[in-house]
Amino acid sequence: MPAIETFALAKYYNIGFWRKRRKDALKSLTLTVEEGEVFGYLGPNGAGKTTTLRLLMGLVYPTAGSARILGKALDDPAMKAQIGFLPEQPYFYDHLTPKELLTYYARLSGVPGKDRARKVDAALARVGMSESAGIQMRKFSKGMLQRVGIAQAIVHDPKLIFLDEPMSGLDPVGRREVRDLIQNLHEEGKTIFFSTHILSDAETVCDRVAVLNKGELRGIGVVADLVSEVSGQVEFVWTGAAATAEIAALGGKTHVASETFRTVLAQEATDRAIDAIRGAGGKLISVTPVRATLEDYFLSKLETVERDAQNMQEVTR
Amino acid sequence: MIAGGLLVICLAASIGVSQKVDWERGDVTLQDVLYIPSPNTVKHLSLGYNGLLADIYWTRAVQYFGSKHHEHSLNYKLLAPLLDITTTLDPHLITAYEFGSIFLSQKPPEGAGDPHAAVRLVGRGIRENPKDWRLWYHLGFIYWQELHDPKTASECFLRGSEVPGALPWMKVMAAALAQNAGEAETARYLWTNILNSTTDKDIRANAEKRLIALRADEEVTILQEYVDRFQKAKGHAPESWMEMIQAGMLRRIPIDPVGYPYQLVNGRVQVARPDLLPFITKGLPAGKQSTVMPKIS
Amino acid sequence: MIGRLWAIAYSTFREAVRDRVLYNLIVFALLIVGAALLVGQISIGIERLVLVNLGLTSISLFGIVIAIFIGIGLVSKEIEKRTLYTVLAARPVRRWEFIIGKFLGLVGTLAVNAFFMSIGFFAALLYLTHRFQRADANLLVAIYFILLQFVLITSLALFFSTFSSPLLSAVFAFSLFVIGTFADDMRGFAKLTEGGTKWVMTGISYLVPNFSSLNVISQVAHSVPVPGHLVLLNTLYVLVYAVAVNCAAVLVFEKRNLK
Repeated sequence: MPAIETFALAKYYNIGFWRKRRKDALKSLTLTVEEGEVFGYLGPNGAGKTTTLRLLMGLVYPTAGSARILGKALDDPAMKAQIGFLPEQPYFYDHLTPKELLTYYARLSGVPGKDRARKVDAALARVGMSESAGIQMRKFSKGMLQRVGIAQAIVHDPKLIFLDEPMSGLDPVGRREVRDLIQNLHEEGKTIFFSTHILSDAETVCDRVAVLNKGELRGIGVVADLVSEVSGQVEFVWTGAAATAEIAALGGKTHVASETFRTVLAQEATDRAIDAIRGAGGKLISVTPVRATLEDYFLSKLETVERDAQNMQEVTR
Repeated sequence: MIAGGLLVICLAASIGVSQKVDWERGDVTLQDVLYIPSPNTVKHLSLGYNGLLADIYWTRAVQYFGSKHHEHSLNYKLLAPLLDITTTLDPHLITAYEFGSIFLSQKPPEGAGDPHAAVRLVGRGIRENPKDWRLWYHLGFIYWQELHDPKTASECFLRGSEVPGALPWMKVMAAALAQNAGEAETARYLWTNILNSTTDKDIRANAEKRLIALRADEEVTILQEYVDRFQKAKGHAPESWMEMIQAGMLRRIPIDPVGYPYQLVNGRVQVARPDLLPFITKGLPAGKQSTVMPKIS
Repeated sequence: MIGRLWAIAYSTFREAVRDRVLYNLIVFALLIVGAALLVGQISIGIERLVLVNLGLTSISLFGIVIAIFIGIGLVSKEIEKRTLYTVLAARPVRRWEFIIGKFLGLVGTLAVNAFFMSIGFFAALLYLTHRFQRADANLLVAIYFILLQFVLITSLALFFSTFSSPLLSAVFAFSLFVIGTFADDMRGFAKLTEGGTKWVMTGISYLVPNFSSLNVISQVAHSVPVPGHLVLLNTLYVLVYAVAVNCAAVLVFEKRNLK
């Protein structure tokens, strides 16, 4: 059974003074997340990631389409007991201590009395907050709140966990810890759905990712496959002659630094490029393959949108 | 540092200026400005907490009267409205009706001198509290002493005597007034019973003053009789009490109930300090008016 | 369900206490002690009357002010501070449970507050009169009616909190309280009007929360007992009215998009 399914899920808002202008926060999202996956939900700010999460959490209501979580409707309390959620920039009752908050939440989630204290302590330990468990949260830094946020998302041992920007507010050590935590949860068989705009994190942890931009799904698939879509390139660094024209003929731009020239070309053009540079009188310094990253895939997806939009404009002009 | 010093100076200055403002405003004190036209308005403003507000207005009414009386004022024009508001807010505040019955009806400076306002007030009290027999004697008092209508007064005492729980003296008063029995005795009887029936300290004090005045009236009458007898016997008025003592008519110098010797002026018996005996009708120095209007017999 | 309602109610109570709402008890204590000591000098013969009026009025007023102050933020504060996302999103808490839990929490807080005030009040009364009389049992009825007032005003403040800013909610709630104290006057006035106005006025005068019938302080101060059937009827009225208002609050809250 898929963990998450959406069918043309959409949300628009009426904005403007007279509420006449329509703003599409999410346009017709259809995707599926399988159980046991770590799924990354990527996109720039304003893409609609948080809107998607709010829709899935039942905080806002869709204007079109539907979704199911663990095969059940979005307002099904039995389903809600089995999921955890960390919102973007979480806020908690700051007159409570983490221990009190987690105990309260565990109670609301239906954790039986006898297990509560144990699970609360375990969750706090897992996010490294055991020492601060008794301090009122009004005194906490953003990073500490973030950890408490993660703790409350897992304290009741849910099957499926939603994280909105889980790394935000954390220093590199903290981020590493969160990545490890996600790995551990994954190994325990849980499904993780997390949205982020820090692609390097997603790359190392996720099984599959989706890219969202301006409310539309731009791409979805296994990380390795996507990365390889953006074909390998090679970087050339040389001195001496610019060889701009020859490089341009191969489809590359020559960047001029103080004493060196640099360009990046497709892998297939390696031999021709070496000849061109040599032939122009340049002296090669290095020839290095560039490893494609998720970022390249990501940006290419965004560029596609821009290019499509431009094309449309030109066509319609 | 500067802020601290400035704070202290300005606080002290504000107290000084405030006092000057009070002084400049003079007679226009908070009490007079308090007057709100309509009791119903006040009732609506009370948001249902009329009991407490009534107590507050009652306290103000008592203080208003007390402070004005202390200054020997002749003007109590806010007393009736204050009591009106008080009893509109709490129609069951018996003590307010009692207070009003006496201090609205008595002549200044012992009261506001408005017996009709007093009658209206006590009338409302009786309507709202039909089981309270005491209000009837307050009504009776007004009709008898201030409106000089013993017939209506007698009816009041009679009606009051029929209320369950009324003390027997009500019937006695009714009868006494109906039969035009001796004024002084009846009055003494009334005031003694009022003194014993009420717990309000102002009303008690008033009743005591009334009783003292009755005693003084009595003593002045008796002394005047002796003086007249002396006149007849000796052919001239006595110059002093010593003369009368030497003549064997008196045994000692007579002292009035507030501790001053009675005076003998041109053959008339007088009290030395009429201001200490507010309710006397006899023995007043020439030119002084009684606060209790002499009855037209 | 009960477990969740209790958890939310307790959490609301705890928040109020940690926000130092109970400090108002200190002010009340000073007031009532001062009154007990001074009342004899100001109004002889009616000391008990004044103390009862002052004590019960304070219990009622303090409570209503607190009810409005906290009630207007019950939902709006959670939305503004975003604390309710983690409560509603991934927990089996239905939206109506959230509303009712908050309601019960605030009413509970007010009841606890009134309880402590009542103890202080009865202590002052004992000091003044040296012995309790039978008539003092009426005072308990008056306090019960004050609790009913709290239930009414809380439900109203909570309702406004589901859709309105704290300032507006305070204005609305307080206005309804004031108008509610005029309820019987409005009905009397409605009887005197004719035609369309009569329908409108009568309608309004019955829709408005009837605070006037819940104020028996003056009556009880004069040791006049409250008849049993009135206690029953008023309880029923408040129950029905509060449930209606709470339903309205639930309806509004369930429709809301929590951005």
